[in-house]
Formats: sequence, C-alpha cells, structure tokens
Amino acid sequence: MSITVGVLSIQGDVQENILSAKSALAELGLDGNIVDVRIPEEISQLDGLIIPGGESTTIGQLSLVNGSLKIIKEKIQGGMPVLGICAGMIMLSNTANDRIVGKIDQPLLDVLDIKLERNSFGRQKQSFESDISLGSINIPKFNGVFIRAPSVSDVGSDVEVLSKFNERIVAVKKGKVIGTAFHPELADDTALHKYFINLINTSKN
Amino acid sequence: MLPLSGERLDAKGIVSDKINSIDTLRGSSTVKRGFAHMLKNGVVMDVTTVEQAQIAEEAGAVSVMVLDKLPSEVRKAGGVARTASIRIIEEIMDSVTIPVMAKCRIGHVNEALVLQETDVDMIDESEVLTPADELRHIWKWDFTTPVVNGARSLAEALRRIEEGASMIRTKGEPGTGNVAEAIRHIKKVNDELRIIKSIYDSGDNQELVRIAREFKVSYDIVEQTAKLGRLPVVNFAAGGIATPADAAYLMSLGCDGIFVGSGIFNSDDAKERARAIVLATTFWNESDKVKEAQKMIDERQSMIGLDVSTLELRMQDRGGSA
Repeated sequence: MSITVGVLSIQGDVQENILSAKSALAELGLDGNIVDVRIPEEISQLDGLIIPGGESTTIGQLSLVNGSLKIIKEKIQGGMPVLGICAGMIMLSNTANDRIVGKIDQPLLDVLDIKLERNSFGRQKQSFESDISLGSINIPKFNGVFIRAPSVSDVGSDVEVLSKFNERIVAVKKGKVIGTAFHPELADDTALHKYFINLINTSKN
Repeated sequence: MLPLSGERLDAKGIVSDKINSIDTLRGSSTVKRGFAHMLKNGVVMDVTTVEQAQIAEEAGAVSVMVLDKLPSEVRKAGGVARTASIRIIEEIMDSVTIPVMAKCRIGHVNEALVLQETDVDMIDESEVLTPADELRHIWKWDFTTPVVNGARSLAEALRRIEEGASMIRTKGEPGTGNVAEAIRHIKKVNDELRIIKSIYDSGDNQELVRIAREFKVSYDIVEQTAKLGRLPVVNFAAGGIATPADAAYLMSLGCDGIFVGSGIFNSDDAKERARAIVLATTFWNESDKVKEAQKMIDERQSMIGLDVSTLELRMQDRGGSA
C-alpha cells in the first residue's frame, strides 16, 4: 500500500528533508508521497512524520498556536513513526536544558524519555561534521553534520541508543520514535531516511 | 544535501580537529551554509538590549541581531556607525538560547575577527554600518563563523557568494519602515535568475560567459546557479519590513525568511508586533492567519516610514559596486 510521509513545515530545513525522503523512496522502489504538512487536517492523514532541523523554540510555539502539536502527539501515541532531527529531537523530548541558559520552558511533545542538553557542543563556530556509526540499524558509517546540536546525556530504560559521538549520545530510538542530533538531510547519503521510510512501510503494510 | 556551488576546499576558515582521536571538520561549507538553512521560514530580529532579545525569543524569532543602535537611529545619529559593544553581545548570548548575530562594517576584517572571537553564530557584513573599505568586501572563506551579506541584484549576490558568504539577504533600505526597496531587490534577483536559467536551458554557453563578465564573477558560479534556478545559498528579505503583511508578501516572492530591523523595536507595540510578524512569516500563504497577525498590530503604533526618494543617505548603495 502506498505510504504518505509528511515533513512538518513550520520552520527550518523542510525542503532539504523532502528531497532526501523523495530520493530514499525512489531508491527503495516504494510507492508513496512525500508532502509538507502544517495543519492538523494534513497531519492526521500521515503514515509517518519528519520533524526537521530549525529552532525548537520557534517550531514549538507555532505548532502549539495552530493545534498541530496536539495532533502530532496523538498520532505518535497511536503508533505513527516519527523522525526528529536536531530541533525535531528536542521537540520529541520531555525536558530541554540549554548548556548556558539552563532549564527552558518551551512546548515539547514529551514522547521520548531522554535527558537532553541544547546547544551541547557549543555555538556555531564549534559546529562540525564527523563520521559516526549507527551499527544497530546497519549504518556502519554516516557523515554526521552537527549544527549547534543538542546531545543526550541519559536515556530512560525503554530508549535504545543508536549512536554516540565522543561519549555523548547523538541518536536514539524508542519503538518507532527516532531522534538524531545531527542532520541526515544535509549529508550526501540517504541511508537514514531510507531506514525511516522502511520503518513506515513495514509499520503500515 | 546542499548545493555547494563555488565551494573552496582550500578555505582557511575550515578547521580540522581531532576530538579524542575522532576527526572532525569545522567551518566547512556544509556546516556554515547548513546553519543558514536552519533559519529558513523564520524571523531574525534586530535588538539592542537583553530585554529586547528575550522579547524576540519569546515571540518565536529564530535568531537575534545585536546592534548598538537600530538602523533608524543610526540614520538619525549620523556619524560613523561601527560594530556593537562586545559586552552587550556577550550579555545577550548568555541570556537567550537562539543564535546571536552581530554586524561588522563592510570590508572591516578585524571587526569581523573580533566578532568571530566573541563566538557570535553569524556575522552580518552590513551596509547599515559605515563601510571601512569601499572597494573590497571581506574574504569570508578565511572565517569559520558564517557570514551573511546584502545584495540588490544577482550580480552582487554571486560576488558575495564567491567571497565566501554563507547566506544572502536583500539590502532594501534599512531604517525606513519602507518595504519598497526590499521588494525591488528580490524581484530583480528573481527576474535575473529566470533569465540565466532559460539561457542555461537553451544551451547558450557563450551568453552565460557574457553574463559572468558583466556580473564580474566566474563562469562556474553563473553556470551552477543557472542550473539550480535559485541562489545556491539561503536568501532572506531585509530592509524596511515593518508589518506582518510586509513579511508575508516578501515570503510569497520566494524569500527564505525575514530580517526585521527597526520595524519591531521602533514601534510602540513591540511585543505584539514581534509575535505578529513571526506568525505572518510562518503562515504567509494562509490569508486568514496573515489577517489575524495584521490585526494584532495597530497601524498608529507603526514606525513612521521614510520616502526613499528623498533620503540623503542611501545605505543600500554602500559596497554595491564592489
């Protein structure tokens, strides 16, 4: 059956994720649509959702304003696969602390039990790319692009660690909920998007 | 994946580090241009104090730009406008979680180095400040911190990208509350992109060479841009934006996001206006939402605009011929 994958189009690098997801779909030879979504009616139609990179405070506040935050949470609790990238992973978490500013009161989805630190590697000058590994999902080498990235210092008992960089957790998975601190849509490699689309396909069919 | 047209792999701003024997790369085009991609569909707000920066963050701004004076005040004050006080930039960096940008003078390499050392997230080589070098912009490939430049035309935009700009914005006419110039600049860039794309599609390389010479840029960047049909970096609107409808209109013209200078903190309803402009930028193609945003502001509180044709100081012309 054809799958419909949405990219949350509030703020951030939406088009980049649409392109990566389209390439991934084509490479897998699967039947489906990749769409940008913003309003609850669009989100309710989805088989899977990508929450892209951007500013988590902006994405959170605006998706709260138009009611999409609530439906995203309901869909995830109902079993919809979701991939949260950088700001998207922050959105999936239950608490966000900033490395400098400390605890922040911002709208979150609260579907991943992780201890997360925003801007964990420092400011933009410290942003970097480096090879990382997601061995447990058969991606032994991946170009991780970290932009003012968060990291996870601890995970709840049901959360699987997919990848670490220098002892810091940078990718996590709980059931069909995936969070990455780095930006797979900026890498010249669709492996992670392919993994996610396969997950959606298996989950639906 | 990012289009990395004009990328220079020998750039001095690229730093190879080893963190616990893991190879990492900072300041690469992917990392610098990628930062700008994270700002897309967002609003960057000019601020002069910690309080304004916090209002901006609460309103949903994706970043703040720290200045000593708002562009409209720079215009009134006259004299030489320089980069903001480092102490204020640092105070603001310590009090908000969103990225912090600051402006340096056109061509002033050491002001930019000071800002890089301060660890701002992006440097704006800006015509709002008094140019330090009318002939040469900064060679931005030497910087690990990404730099944004203003442009009034495709030629200016491509010249800045060849110098290493990681992001482009329109110049507009800063500090006027008059959006007409920003509209003119983005339409000109769009028209020129359409022209070079159609030339590329027709296979007329000789004409692309002629355009590269006219633009004073390399053939390669003209060809790569023509193939893409858009700028190879993120392109924001800036200069004179004062209302939610201004922001929505510029988004509809294909801008990737909005810089608001004097428009917010020079109005008498800054908090509401900041939220309203963010709302209109996010939901620019939903007319009911833009109307809702426009209703949040009071036109009687808007900054008093200036007619660009009678201005003594046209900031947009600064550095334009270089």
